Parts: sequence; structure tokens; C-alpha cells
Amino acid sequence: MFRFRLYVAQDTQNSVQAVANLTAICRASLPDRYQIEVVNVLKEPKRALAEGIIMTPTLLKLAPAPIRRIVGTLGKTQLVLLALGLQTSVP
Amino acid sequence: MKALRSPRVKDSSKASTGIAGFDEITGGGLPRGRTTLLSGGPGSGKTIFGLQFLAHGVRDCNEPGIFVAFEETSNRIVANAEGFGWNLPELQPKKLFFLDAQPPPELIQAGNFDLTGMLAALGARIKEMGARRIVFDALDVLLALLSDSMEKRREIYRLHEWLLASGLTALITAKAGGDETNSFSQQPSSFVQFMVDCAVILNHGVELGVSQRNLRVQKYRGSAFDENEAPFVIGKHGVDVAISRMLGQMDAKVTTERVTSGVKRLDTMLGGGYYRGASVLITGFPGTAKTTFGGAFAEAACRRGERTLFLGFDSDATEVVRNLTSVGIRLARHMKSGLLRMISARSIAGSAETLLVLIKALAKEHEARCLVIDPVSELSKAGNAFTARGVVERLIDWSKTGGITLLCTSLLDEMPGRTDGGTPLQISTLADTWIHLNYMVQAGERNRTMSIIKSRGMAHSNQVRELILSASGVTLADIYTAGGEVLTGTLRWEKESAGRVASEVAEIAGKLKRVTLDAEEAVLEVRAKSLQTELVAKQVEKALLTRTTESQERELTRGRARVRELRGADAAIAARK
Repeated sequence: MFRFRLYVAQDTQNSVQAVANLTAICRASLPDRYQIEVVNVLKEPKRALAEGIIMTPTLLKLAPAPIRRIVGTLGKTQLVLLALGLQTSVP
Repeated sequence: MKALRSPRVKDSSKASTGIAGFDEITGGGLPRGRTTLLSGGPGSGKTIFGLQFLAHGVRDCNEPGIFVAFEETSNRIVANAEGFGWNLPELQPKKLFFLDAQPPPELIQAGNFDLTGMLAALGARIKEMGARRIVFDALDVLLALLSDSMEKRREIYRLHEWLLASGLTALITAKAGGDETNSFSQQPSSFVQFMVDCAVILNHGVELGVSQRNLRVQKYRGSAFDENEAPFVIGKHGVDVAISRMLGQMDAKVTTERVTSGVKRLDTMLGGGYYRGASVLITGFPGTAKTTFGGAFAEAACRRGERTLFLGFDSDATEVVRNLTSVGIRLARHMKSGLLRMISARSIAGSAETLLVLIKALAKEHEARCLVIDPVSELSKAGNAFTARGVVERLIDWSKTGGITLLCTSLLDEMPGRTDGGTPLQISTLADTWIHLNYMVQAGERNRTMSIIKSRGMAHSNQVRELILSASGVTLADIYTAGGEVLTGTLRWEKESAGRVASEVAEIAGKLKRVTLDAEEAVLEVRAKSLQTELVAKQVEKALLTRTTESQERELTRGRARVRELRGADAAIAARK
């Protein structure tokens, strides 16, 4: 079961893209095996501070281990998959 | 050739940094509510500058601050700053908040990102703390992650807008190459330079083998500022920027009090001694006893009970004390009592700036009223002569303002004609009193001479005098000048003793003459007496003669009358009736 936490800045362009991209990747590669929690840093700034979120959007892969941190719109699908360990090589 | 100084006015539109000298250069500090860019190479002091700015804000201006660290961790930064005594841990986290914003090394970047999150988080914190100041340290590290220059520009703009809206006084530090034409200032990030209201450049270079740090305010919108490069050091309490005294700020009290030089006759030559708070320069070729003068002054000051600092660059302190004992200057006991502090600064390397900061710190620590620097020409060795001159100016300004009487010795190289232009540092033009020591080589001897070249504000003797060092102390002897000769040393002594003999002889001759005349006078008097006696005798003779003649005549007359009588018998008797 993949658990993701995506920190976004409400509806800025990058954040919106990230949400869309993540959703797309999950649907394609991890059907029914994923959980996404979206944290809006503008609404919960203290949480962002406490968790060290500087850049938005930031994706945190909480499970399975190891915890991975990916920053950005997640536009480069291949790269994201690689980072998440869902793909072993770049085609 | 200095730019007009900014007015030293308490400007509320500026946030004071508490950095010595910087607030003066900018006329109050950084622009309040605006952003300043601080750029400089690695190790140029940007982080320290930012920290000092925040620490001062919290401690002295009641303005809490936030430090956003993009490169070093906040723990490291705080630990490195421990030596400055700002006591940062105490101020954390309520008044001083550190945000670790270093991009993690294992960060994976997939696409563009922005700083909205960070700014939102900061926004919350600012409200909570009531923060008024913020530092973004090494922003270039974060911006480097943005591959697209458009993205970079956008984020910089976002930051700028956010800062304006927040009303915080912000300082952004960024790395720059050794000079200004570097990557950060060339392309998109050069946008930063135009967006900020104030830009300061820190420079850390090596000049003639000595490290020099310089600070320059490149721009400051809406304010006058000192445009020149100012040297600075990172001293005990943080950044210390050197500024020359601004005109109109000389608040040194002018005094007519005199302090003794330690050499009696010199005091007399100066009409009382050096002025209190004056700067005295003793120049001379090597071996002319400059240090001795310094020692004599120090000893005299200690005798008065005044705390004195003796900074020796040539010899070790104990050596100096020993050497001076041989001329009757005893400093050891003053060192014991704590009045005199002798420091051997020979081993201290650094630029002239560093030395000045050191001198000031030492003098303050010791609460010195009198200061001897032997030799001050040492300052020109460290780095280039130009900066050293500025340093000497400031040294004199500082000592004058503080009422510290400063005595500097300076070496003049054994080159002919060098004295014309003054000392290499031009301190001779700045000093109030200039005494020059020299040699006279004559008749196989080297004798020392001393003369006062100038002494402001007092009438002083223009005589060159011979300097005599003996176990009983330092004395000045008059040089023998007669018949166009100038004699010193044994020749002088010979001439002096010859002079003594001659005067004795003259005295005796005089006495003799007097005796002779007395005798003649007596003789004449006797003669006069005998003549007088003769005269009296003659007069008596004359009187006798007159009497005799008169009585003879009388008798003769009586005889005739008697004869007539006798002849005329009756008629004469009748006549006698």
C-alpha cells in the first residue's frame, strides 16, 4: 500500500499540476494500492513549518519504506516512477 | 578624495544593524521595510553580518527576527557564532527563529516548484512572533535548484512581493565570485539586484600576502551613503567596519594640560611637556634610542599613577624591560603593580586593520591613558601602504578623542634624504609633536642627537641637543657651537673643559691685576702725603720769613725813632706822650 502526502500551496499552478500528475501516475501504476493525503500549506502553515516543507509542491512517500521526498510538479513521469521505486530502469 | 559623508542623523526609516561603522556609512542602517542584498565570496562574512543584524534587532531594538538558512544548518550557524557573545540560544526561539531550509541532499526534483509553502509558513511565524526583521542566508543555493531562468525570476519576484507586503526589513545574502562580474549578478539572479533597495558587497582578498576585508555599499535607494570601500575585520564582537572620523564630529576636549616626557630637559624644551591627548612621533634611524624615549615616557606615566600600554613590535617585552634598565628606566615594578602592560605584538600577523582593532581592544581592556607603539611603522609592513595610512589616521583620531596620549616611534631607513618627505606613513603630518633622533659622526665617534622638528601649539626650543644615555638615565646636553663648529661627544667635553680652564685663568689674571693696581694706588697715596707735608713745611717757612721780616722792620723803625729821640731829646719825649 503506497501512502503519499502531497504538500501543496492551495491552487497555485505548480501545486495543481502536482495533484493532477500524482493522481494520474497512481491510477496508472498503482491502481487501488495508493492513499494520497493533500496538505494545503496555506491553510496549515504551522504544519508545513514543523515538517520542514520549504518548496511546494513536495511529495512525501510515507510507505512503503524508505521515505522519499520529491519536489516539483511531478511532470516527468519516468523520473517520478524511478524515484518511487516503481521502475527499475529508464527506457 | 573622500565622498561626502552621510549625515549622522537618527533616521527612523532605517533599521540599525548594530554593526560598528556600517550604520555610520549608511546614515542609520538598512532600509526599513525593504530588502537589502548582501553579496560576497565564500567566507566573506555574509552569514555573520546577517546574524549580527538580527541579534542587534532583538537585543537593542526590540525587533524579533527570523533567520532562514539555505546552506548551513542553524545549529552550525549558532555554534559558529558563539564566540561573539551575542548569546543567540538565549534569544531562541521566541525572539529569534531559525528556519532550516536547506534542500536535502537526497532531494529529487521532478518539475518546477515554488516558494509559496515556505512563505506561508513564515507568514504564520511572523505573526506569532511579531517579527520585524528577516534574513535569507544563501538564497542562491535555493534558486540554483530552479533550472529555468523564467522560474528563477518568478520566484524572486514572488519573494519580493511577499517581503514588501510583510513590511519586514529583509536581508538576502548570496554568493558572488571574487569580483562583481559573476554568475549571480549576471543573469536572472541579477534581477535580484534591481529588485532590492540596497546592495552591499563584501570582499575578502589577499593583498601582498595579507588578508584584507572590504565592504562597499553599491547602492542605496533614497539615501546618501558613503560610496567608498571600507575595510573591516571580524573582531571579537562581530563585524567591525572602519570609518574615518567624519568632519564635525571631533568631540575631543581641547586641553592645555601637559604630561612629562620622562626626560627633564626635553620637557623644558617643550615648555612643559607633551600635551595630554596629543600624538607624539619619535623618528630616527635604527639604534638612535627611540624605544628609550618610549620607555621614559611610559615610566613617567606610571610614576604619575596612570595606566599605560606599551606595544612593542620589534622586541620581546622582557627584552625591552631589560634593555631599558641599563639606562636607568625601571619598568619591571610598574608591570608588577599592574599599571604598565607590555605586549609583544611581533607574532601577531594580520592587516593594518586587524592590528588597529587589536590595539583599540587592548587599550580599552587595560583602560590605558598613555599608549606607546614601538614602532608604528610596523603597520605599513602589513599589507599596502595606502590602507596603513588610513589606519594610522584613525588610530590618531581615536586616541585623541579618548584623551589617550599616544607616543609612536617610527623607523626611518638609513637612506639619505628620506627625512624630507616625512615618514612612509605620513604620520609626521598627523602627529602633534615630532622629535627626530639622529647621529653625528665626528672624530671617530658616533654621538646621538635629538631635535624637535615640530610641536603644535607650543613654543619649543630649536636647538639640536646631544642625547646622552647613561646608567643614571637619559639626559640632554647642549651641543658646543662656537666658531662655526658643532661638537658633540668627547670633542664637546674637551672643548667644555678647555672653556672651563680658560675662564679660570681669566679670573686669576683679573685678580692679579687688581692686586697690582692696589699697590700702585698705595704708593701714590704715600707720595701725595709726603708732598703735602713738604707743602706745609714751606708754608710755615714762609710765615716765619714774613714774621721775621716784619719784626726786623719794626725794630728798624723803632731804632730810628729812638735815634731821633736821642738826637732831638725833648721833642721825642713829648712825642712819646
